[in-house]
Amino acid sequence: MAAERFSLEGVAAVPGVPKPDPVVVIDDLGRAFGGIQAVDVAHLEVQRGTITSLIGPNGAGKTTLFNVLTGFDRPQHGRWQLNGGPLVGIPAFRVARLGMVRTFQLTKSLARLTVLENLMVAAKDQVGESFWGSLFGNWRPIEAANEDKALASLERFGLRHMAGEYAGGLSGGQRKLLEMARALMVDPEVVMLDEPTAGVNPALTQSLLEHIKNLRRDGMTVVFIEHDMDVVQEISDWVICMSQGRLIAEGPPGEVARNPSVIDAYLGKHHGEIT
Amino acid sequence: MRTGALRRTLSGALAVGAFFVLLAPGAQAQEESTSIGGTLEKIDGDQREPVAGVRVVVSQDGVEIGAAVSDGDGTWSVPVPAAGIYQVEIDVDSLPDGVDLTDPERSILPDVSVREGRPKVIRFALGPGTASRVDQYDRIGGLLVIGLKFGAIIALSSIGLSLVFGVTGLVNFAHGDIVTLGAVLAFFLNASPLGPEWHILLAAVPAILLAAGLGGAQELALWRPLRRRRTGLVSLIVISIGLSFAIRYLILVVFSGLPRPFANYVIQDNIDVLGIPTVPKNLVIIGFTVAALAAVGVFLQRTKLGTAMRAVSDNSDLAESSGIDVQRVILATWVIGAGLAALAGIMFGISEQVQWDMGFKLLLLIFAAVILGGLGTAFGAMVGGFVIGVAVEMSTLWVPTEFKTVVALGILVVMLLVRPQGLLGSRERVG
Amino acid sequence: MDLGKILIDAGRAAVGVPAAVYALSAIGLNLQFGYTGLLNFGHVASMLVGAYGLAITVDQGGSMWLGIVVGLILAVLLGLLMGVPTLRLRADYLAIVTIAVGEILRLVVRSRFAAPLTNALSGIQGFADSFYDLNPIPVGQYGIGTFRFDERLTFVLLVGWGLVGLTTLLIRRLTRSPWGRVIRAIREDEDAARSLGKNVFAYKLQSLMVGSAIGGLAGIVLAIAQQNVGPDNYLPLLTFYAFTIVIVGGPGTLRGPIIGSVIFWFVFSFFDGFMTGAVTEGWFGDLLDATDIGPIRFALFGVVLMWLMTYRPQGIFGKREELLIADGR
Repeated sequence: MAAERFSLEGVAAVPGVPKPDPVVVIDDLGRAFGGIQAVDVAHLEVQRGTITSLIGPNGAGKTTLFNVLTGFDRPQHGRWQLNGGPLVGIPAFRVARLGMVRTFQLTKSLARLTVLENLMVAAKDQVGESFWGSLFGNWRPIEAANEDKALASLERFGLRHMAGEYAGGLSGGQRKLLEMARALMVDPEVVMLDEPTAGVNPALTQSLLEHIKNLRRDGMTVVFIEHDMDVVQEISDWVICMSQGRLIAEGPPGEVARNPSVIDAYLGKHHGEIT
Repeated sequence: MRTGALRRTLSGALAVGAFFVLLAPGAQAQEESTSIGGTLEKIDGDQREPVAGVRVVVSQDGVEIGAAVSDGDGTWSVPVPAAGIYQVEIDVDSLPDGVDLTDPERSILPDVSVREGRPKVIRFALGPGTASRVDQYDRIGGLLVIGLKFGAIIALSSIGLSLVFGVTGLVNFAHGDIVTLGAVLAFFLNASPLGPEWHILLAAVPAILLAAGLGGAQELALWRPLRRRRTGLVSLIVISIGLSFAIRYLILVVFSGLPRPFANYVIQDNIDVLGIPTVPKNLVIIGFTVAALAAVGVFLQRTKLGTAMRAVSDNSDLAESSGIDVQRVILATWVIGAGLAALAGIMFGISEQVQWDMGFKLLLLIFAAVILGGLGTAFGAMVGGFVIGVAVEMSTLWVPTEFKTVVALGILVVMLLVRPQGLLGSRERVG
Repeated sequence: MDLGKILIDAGRAAVGVPAAVYALSAIGLNLQFGYTGLLNFGHVASMLVGAYGLAITVDQGGSMWLGIVVGLILAVLLGLLMGVPTLRLRADYLAIVTIAVGEILRLVVRSRFAAPLTNALSGIQGFADSFYDLNPIPVGQYGIGTFRFDERLTFVLLVGWGLVGLTTLLIRRLTRSPWGRVIRAIREDEDAARSLGKNVFAYKLQSLMVGSAIGGLAGIVLAIAQQNVGPDNYLPLLTFYAFTIVIVGGPGTLRGPIIGSVIFWFVFSFFDGFMTGAVTEGWFGDLLDATDIGPIRFALFGVVLMWLMTYRPQGIFGKREELLIADGR
């Protein structure tokens, strides 16, 4: 059962506002490429157990933020922490083990592994995954347990029938589901989804959103990058908007949608594209 | 990697040997035999004095074939059973007092190639002895000049590789063989009895154009279709290795394994430049190559095509959305890169000789140069080329000559540890 | 031209010492390249290091067994040494660095500087006697008709192919385990593997080290069979032989390296035999002579490699579906 959530009631809709029970706290984060400041966030907190969406026009720095937070990129400066534990300089794989898992904008299915293998490889603490453990360890029982867990997960995501197929043969939408199911096998605390509904047909989108809500029900914190405003409105507890690397607004979905700086950021980009 | 100095010595010795064989009837008996021999003289300023009683040993694959002792004229000769590669070692202990090798590290020649029925002439440079007699300024200056010349050739060869990598992301392992191809094409137009026997400067032009055309053909017939099939990077690299084998060994079949010089500018007398002894062609090569590099630089900075190439190299998606025809730029890069490689091959051939694997031997040095300078930038390749050339040659002041290539490779490895994007490259491309 | 003799000679080559040695070498490379996706162009260096480890140890007075252990340890260390600085780099940089390290090693071993230990160009001989002393096979010829080997060669072949079998079993165990699954995941997409909490660097290093150890074993077998080590026996060319064998057999398969090696040497020998006969009988008139056969063989080898990678990169035993899905990495 979901842990008791601290409500976001009464939290002001101001960029950088502190949260009652933050699971991720970011301070003074800066990442520049050449002369361009891709990320420049003074302060940001993510409330535990909520679904937060990260929006903003193209080039706002959203994926870069994800990359830096999860250890796939290194910032010029900044501090950030997961459950109070610092993540600066921690390599990506360790960040994942600490409980913050991310998916990718362009799905990275392990094409020449089967769907089942994709999930099995994600399971944590496998004796058989160490070199000596694979040769001499007794990994078959753990493997069997993981297989049960994986098949159950595939069942929930409607991919059970594809278990023996190569992941490379899946459709785009199925790959999105696979990537999400795979991320969950790691038993994460925070799930960072990069455009989980991009390129997915409306029916499948609904299914994905249900899965995301289930994540929250199961006690995980979700942060997802999204462009579809309907999706944002529908499932987010909180919305963060970035533009040109900076945090320009955050708050409940309705308020952010009406925020003039947010509208400006999107329209302003449009203007740029027209000229 | 044979040094420029050794090549010049050998070609000089061959020319001298040929002269004697043709004009000295007394040497008839030696003419028909497959052998290795030479004349040992102590050279002290203007004085030349034959050195007798010195033992020279010829081996093959660790087995001694024969030995000889130099006679009163300083002449020695060891017959060998067949054509092939032999190791020749001078027995330093048998040198009389007051006579030493001018380069003590060069007492063994490991790659002496002998042809059927012809005596191979070997020269061991002997002098009055201790290093203090050798003019350090001369030596350093001489090495610097050779290093610059060598560096110029490497720089010219490297630009093509670096540019192709920049615009397509492919490290073309066959690039060295395009260098060879340029030299071989020029050879057929210049020194081959089957060809028109033009002067090398004239022969160079169609050779370069043809090589450039073949570079373009390579792109159109091979790389472009492979890119369209979205072939992976790993596969492309292996394919380029296969291509390298195919080109190199076809050249071997057609050209044969013997190194052969162009018909012009083979042997030159030493001249004195700023007190440094060198040969004119070294300076011409340096000058010409620098001019070519400057032209490339101007091209990349000032012309539309050049700027487009740099844009595609930086970010091909961005370049495409700015309206640049990326495929056309890639084709142009291949053509120009191949042309420059061919020019470098011809320079290399003038500097030394034309050999079927000359470009392949250069390849590791080219890699060192582009990694030092930064893969993907033409200027990086130029800088890297010169630095590698000079470093390799000048390293012989401290390090035995057999380690020259190791020096270059060492620079390569260290660079990748410390600053993988090279001196002028950008970080993102690397890991 | 005696086609029968050419075929038999090719058959001998297909099961002979080089075939066994290259099967071993390819098994090691297959782990690195076929299963993990690492472009190790310096693989020949592991053979060099294994062989010289054995030879130098015995030359300096150690026993052959000690020499074998030293050779294997050196090979593992080589894998470590090559891996630590380079595994964070992209495939093409890895390729360049590994070829550079291989050449540095060969040039150092070849140098007069190292001669006290390595005997430079001449190499080391006479270290393999203890091996042949162990030969239990009685003196005689073994085989059928002209397809026969003497007792020394038979012993070497049995040991060599026996090792091929053992290492294949090892690889089978490794690759069918969760460790192997992570390795294959890394081959598919490193970042995805990282995002799932796998220490990609450590796995690549392990793969490199194990593959290098097996390469070292190949070098040891070769050294014992030839009873000779010399620096010019370990040119980059040998790495490309191993790559071709891995690709022909099928990267990432168990039977691939073995069958690939057998086929490779069969074709190699058949081609040489056939062409020698053809040239001798004047099929090509004045165009070609005997010395051209080797170069033509290499040129064809290059073309075959290109064709393989373009049209059948999964080799003989690789699965066709895997080809259809391979990403444009």
